[in-house]
Amino acid sequence: MNSVHDMGGMHGMGPVEIEKNEPVFHSQWEARVHALNLACGFHRRWNIDMGRHSRERIPPAEYLAATYYEKWLRGLEMLLVENGLVTAKELRTGRAESKASGVSVLRASEVAGFLRVRRLARIDEDVPPRFTPGVRVLARNDHPIGHTRLPRYARGKRGVVDRDHGVFIFPDTHAMTRDKKPQHCYSVRFAARELWGSSAPARDSVYLDLWDDHLDPA
Amino acid sequence: MSDRHHHDDDHVREHDRPLSGPALRAKALESLLVEKGLVDPKALDQLIDTYETKVGPRNGARIVARAWMDPDYKRRLLEDATAAIAEFGFIGRQGEDMVALENTSKIRNMVVCTLCSCYPWPVLGLPPVWYKSAPYRARAVIDPRGVLKELGCEVPEDVEVRVWDSTAELRYLVLPERPAGTEGWSEDELAEIVTRDAMIGVAQVKAPGRSQR
Repeated sequence: MNSVHDMGGMHGMGPVEIEKNEPVFHSQWEARVHALNLACGFHRRWNIDMGRHSRERIPPAEYLAATYYEKWLRGLEMLLVENGLVTAKELRTGRAESKASGVSVLRASEVAGFLRVRRLARIDEDVPPRFTPGVRVLARNDHPIGHTRLPRYARGKRGVVDRDHGVFIFPDTHAMTRDKKPQHCYSVRFAARELWGSSAPARDSVYLDLWDDHLDPA
Repeated sequence: MSDRHHHDDDHVREHDRPLSGPALRAKALESLLVEKGLVDPKALDQLIDTYETKVGPRNGARIVARAWMDPDYKRRLLEDATAAIAEFGFIGRQGEDMVALENTSKIRNMVVCTLCSCYPWPVLGLPPVWYKSAPYRARAVIDPRGVLKELGCEVPEDVEVRVWDSTAELRYLVLPERPAGTEGWSEDELAEIVTRDAMIGVAQVKAPGRSQR
């Protein structure tokens, strides 16, 4: 979706300011929100791509005004209601109307193991690649209303396949319909001048990870 | 919970003042999820402790120092970063598929996630605020040299800048250049000077003067 989360190339956002000796969390509630997101993910009612898409759907003005963990809180509330773990009324009142049934809860003793488990973004499936390293490709000029990992700044631009990462879940469908649609994911090199015009430095480039369904032969 | 506020006396203790806004909303959500039997607060404590004390850029610094010391390790890291990093036991969430990017005198790599906040947790911990901020996400791809210059890391014209936008589940670790003047240093000494920002690609590693060592 063409919303403000797709920020690459925007102007007017101000300087990058690095905070010295930054703590991991700036307050206790940020830490709780981060942990709540992980602990709720344990129920596997949604996937990581649905999670990203929830935060993208925060209305643009609110997205820009929110701090990072405010966005994670908003996104989590959306996911919980949309996937039936919490009702809208429960969220509004803060009072549980019923206990969750048939769920196993992440326990403290299971946390270390839970974080070490490989989520299966890479899929061991024999899907032939559409492109090989060195080949010129054109990023599709698509503007889906749903989730996509092809940023606006690369759409319609020509690049060269740098490397084939192998077969991965396709987030654009995974976020919307849970269809994994396994396909190759590549690192594609775009010259800075192709993306940003002739005033960009001649030798610079941007690499994006894109999938077969984002690309056409150039 | 108060013992988690060990990092900085300047930070006001959250529970010493009334909750408002997102703090209140987060607390309400946690209470609801606990009441419903969907989360165990002790697991939340454990998750927080993991990211506050066990995972962080010191992990990545050990990888870099090893690569500087051991050419064979460096070769393995550049060929298959996931496996080479797993040799240290740094695996799992947000580091499932790693790629190492080597900086040289002619190439400078810089990592961003323009669409969200993708970052290699097992080797760098959770991302800093600036990495997740609109200015960095907006500008890193269109004006990397401007960003680097602002951050005190100007790139000479004849050096190539490569920006890596983390749009998939690949996670990138920059292998910075080893600074001159560190010949004969131990791996631990080298790891000490490797910074988080150097492993994101927005700083270079500097060797401190002998007196500071």
